[in-house]
Amino acid sequence: MSAPLVDIRNVSHQFGQLPVLKNVSLAIDPGSYTILLGPSGSGKTTLLSILGGFVTPSEGKVFIRGADCTAVPPAKRPTTTVFQDYALFPHMSVGGNVGFGLRMQGVDGATRAAKARDALALVGLAAAFDKKPHQLSGGQRQRVALARALVIEPAVLLLDEPLGALDLKLRRQMQDELKAIQKRVGTAFVHVTHDQEEAMALADHCVVMNDGRIEDEGPPERVYARPKTRFSATFMGESTILAGTVTGAENGIVTASTAVGPISLPGASPAGATVALAIRPEHLVLTEAQGNVALGAAEVGDVVFQGSFKRVLATSTLDPALQFIAKTSASATVQAGDTIAVSCNAQDIILLAD
Amino acid sequence: MSVSGSNSRALPWALVTPALAWTCAFFVLPFIAMGFSSLTAHEGGGFTIANYSQFFTDPSYWRAMVNSLEVTGTVTVISILLAYPFAWILAEMVPERWQRLALILAVLPFWTSYVVRSYSWLLVLAQNGVVNRALIGTGLIAEPLQLANTRLATVTGFVHFFVMLLTLTIFANLKQLSPSYRKAAADLGAGPVRTFLHVVLPLTLPGIMVGAFLTFVLCIGDYITPQILGGNNELVMPQLVMMQIGRRGDFPLASALSIILMAVVTIAYLACARWLKIERA
Amino acid sequence: MRALVRLTAWLYAIAIYGFIFLPVVVLVLFSLQATSFPIPPFTGPSLRWYQAVLSDARLTSALVNSLLVAVLSSLASVTLGFLSAWGFARFVLPGSAFLRGLITLPLTVSYLIIGMGLLVLFNWAGVPKSLVAAGIGHVVINLPLCFAIIYSQMGDHQINIERAARDLGAAEWKVLLMITVPVMAPAIFAGFFLSMTFSWDEFVISFLLTRFETTLPVEIWNLLRSGLNPKTNAVGSLVFAVSIVLVVFFELTLLRRKPA
Repeated sequence: MSAPLVDIRNVSHQFGQLPVLKNVSLAIDPGSYTILLGPSGSGKTTLLSILGGFVTPSEGKVFIRGADCTAVPPAKRPTTTVFQDYALFPHMSVGGNVGFGLRMQGVDGATRAAKARDALALVGLAAAFDKKPHQLSGGQRQRVALARALVIEPAVLLLDEPLGALDLKLRRQMQDELKAIQKRVGTAFVHVTHDQEEAMALADHCVVMNDGRIEDEGPPERVYARPKTRFSATFMGESTILAGTVTGAENGIVTASTAVGPISLPGASPAGATVALAIRPEHLVLTEAQGNVALGAAEVGDVVFQGSFKRVLATSTLDPALQFIAKTSASATVQAGDTIAVSCNAQDIILLAD
Repeated sequence: MSVSGSNSRALPWALVTPALAWTCAFFVLPFIAMGFSSLTAHEGGGFTIANYSQFFTDPSYWRAMVNSLEVTGTVTVISILLAYPFAWILAEMVPERWQRLALILAVLPFWTSYVVRSYSWLLVLAQNGVVNRALIGTGLIAEPLQLANTRLATVTGFVHFFVMLLTLTIFANLKQLSPSYRKAAADLGAGPVRTFLHVVLPLTLPGIMVGAFLTFVLCIGDYITPQILGGNNELVMPQLVMMQIGRRGDFPLASALSIILMAVVTIAYLACARWLKIERA
Repeated sequence: MRALVRLTAWLYAIAIYGFIFLPVVVLVLFSLQATSFPIPPFTGPSLRWYQAVLSDARLTSALVNSLLVAVLSSLASVTLGFLSAWGFARFVLPGSAFLRGLITLPLTVSYLIIGMGLLVLFNWAGVPKSLVAAGIGHVVINLPLCFAIIYSQMGDHQINIERAARDLGAAEWKVLLMITVPVMAPAIFAGFFLSMTFSWDEFVISFLLTRFETTLPVEIWNLLRSGLNPKTNAVGSLVFAVSIVLVVFFELTLLRRKPA
């Protein structure tokens, strides 16, 4: 594999006494779409600001294309940022905004206008060249900000919650366009969000952050199917979490005692360790014992119809603290008050160290 | 948060130093000079507290402070009582599209020169001015009333100015109030009177306090209106201060009186600080 | 009952409008009659006293002085106010809250006391009374105003706009000239305009700090010594007219152009 485009090495940062990043290391490949996903206060925006040069980290180094950029100001590094509020210059036309970076590089007016038009065409706004930012809708402003950042051909494009100000429908639509634009230009995108659906839809490489640390990173499919930590399992999608203690482990099979009885599953863990078993909603089986692991009976508390499926919340009759979150077909007849048998398949259970 | 690594330490200071230097040289330093001056004897120099003790012992000086406080208090109360209903009518009864015009008209005389505005009231209140002529013309009085050079004239001139100022601030306050509050109150069964008393008035009270404080500060420190309209029959503090400089060139006494006047304003501020803070919360 | 309340309210509003406009109407009306006293009865329109004002060298030179002091002191106020507001909004400075408080402190002190302080200081330092001294005083009262207006308008959004410009390669002075000043133009203009009107109308500081050459409000004050004088009416009406033109201009240009 080629050398990473961006290499963040052991970066820590604090605002005053408050640590916001704790020894974070991350590599970003050329042409990749990286998502930094986490709740507010997880340090994802600070990490992006450090990448963009707006914040100099307290400790650690940032290399871009092999050069140490830790203390290089934003203007001098091959990154450009798309701000959450777009930060379009309100007194300039759309064309003026998009051409601004080239103007700063001393590019002549004609070339500038041509390149700005190309960039606007790329984001589907060729007609908006002479408009003022306040004449555009939120989604259009978002595209102008994208064109303005892309036109100077940065090595890395940084996006700070770029879709946060848009309504849900527009957000999903812009999401598809962002991905298409990224594929077309081939620039590495680093995108901060707290929306896990956005992360799964866009990322080649998904980085889950919490409390100033990277909890998990990898392709979104892997992070969803096999999260490495309990936080990752609950933040990226929902899970039913079973607390347990390992009673035996041999031949790649771990047996744990839980509130619903002993459960054996593939994996490795020392005997005596406390573990958490996470099961995704779509892997819980609510009909008569079809899975190979029985999880006991549960009383249905609530059934929420969600269009293509029904979301079922049920409380275990063996342990009232255990809440099952399951997904079942839209045509299922289960309703609140029913008692159901819950099961799953051993290979769908995610073993997490607690 | 460190904004950017590119800026040297010197730039931010280069930006703020000129303004700070100006404030220190021409605001703080004069204050210190005034403080020193107030502790100096007018004749022959030398340290003395006579300038302050004179204020506390001479009843005519005391009287000026009492006059100042009485006039300011009267003006503040009357102005608020006149301006609030007026601002309310502008905000509630005037159709939305005419409100801006109505407000601009209501404060138009604001833009005449301050000195000229006081003089205009002199024209209105003079011995043979409009008011006396009108009253004699209608047969209500036979002899012209002494209206100019009285406290009444001073108060009228001040109220004219502060009604405009308070109308502006109270109007802004009323417009900021979300209509949902009133809708919620009405929805919960409050009539217009009770909605006003229990919802609108308490919510605009902080704004009124700010306006009242502003009125107090501007009114107690003003020299022009009492000098033109009140004349020299009854002095207020600023007149007393100006008199020391004008007639006798007594800077030390003028300084001491200024500092006493400022102390009174500071006390008023501290007394109101609690209410003035509510607005920020 | 409701109709009665409405009627009372409208009558009240009309009465207040009457109170507000009474002195101005009297001022303007009696500036337009030829008699030597601006008192009733009104004896018909005449521009005699306007001619007298415009041919009075003292008044016209005072008017020029006033304009000069207003423009120059406002330029100084808005420049110092803008630079300091920018500095405080963009950078973390030690003791920032205290220093910002210091800059805005003169707003809470009456003009009389500011003028007194400067008079005592200049007297002690041997600085003669002059228009420059008055101008210095006007900057003292208007700098905090400009600072407060501009500082309050420098929000996070403006900060991001400047960051974007820097990110796209603009040097600091280019950010200032191409982004910050144009974006902040409404606040800068509002600060300048308010400073102009306050300086133009300021009396007590100019009165204390000038001697032979003086500003229009002081010259009008001198006219008042002769009691009721139609010339005062005329000059007052002229000042009013100029202010109205300015306010209408301000209203039409600045406030209408607020971005959506």
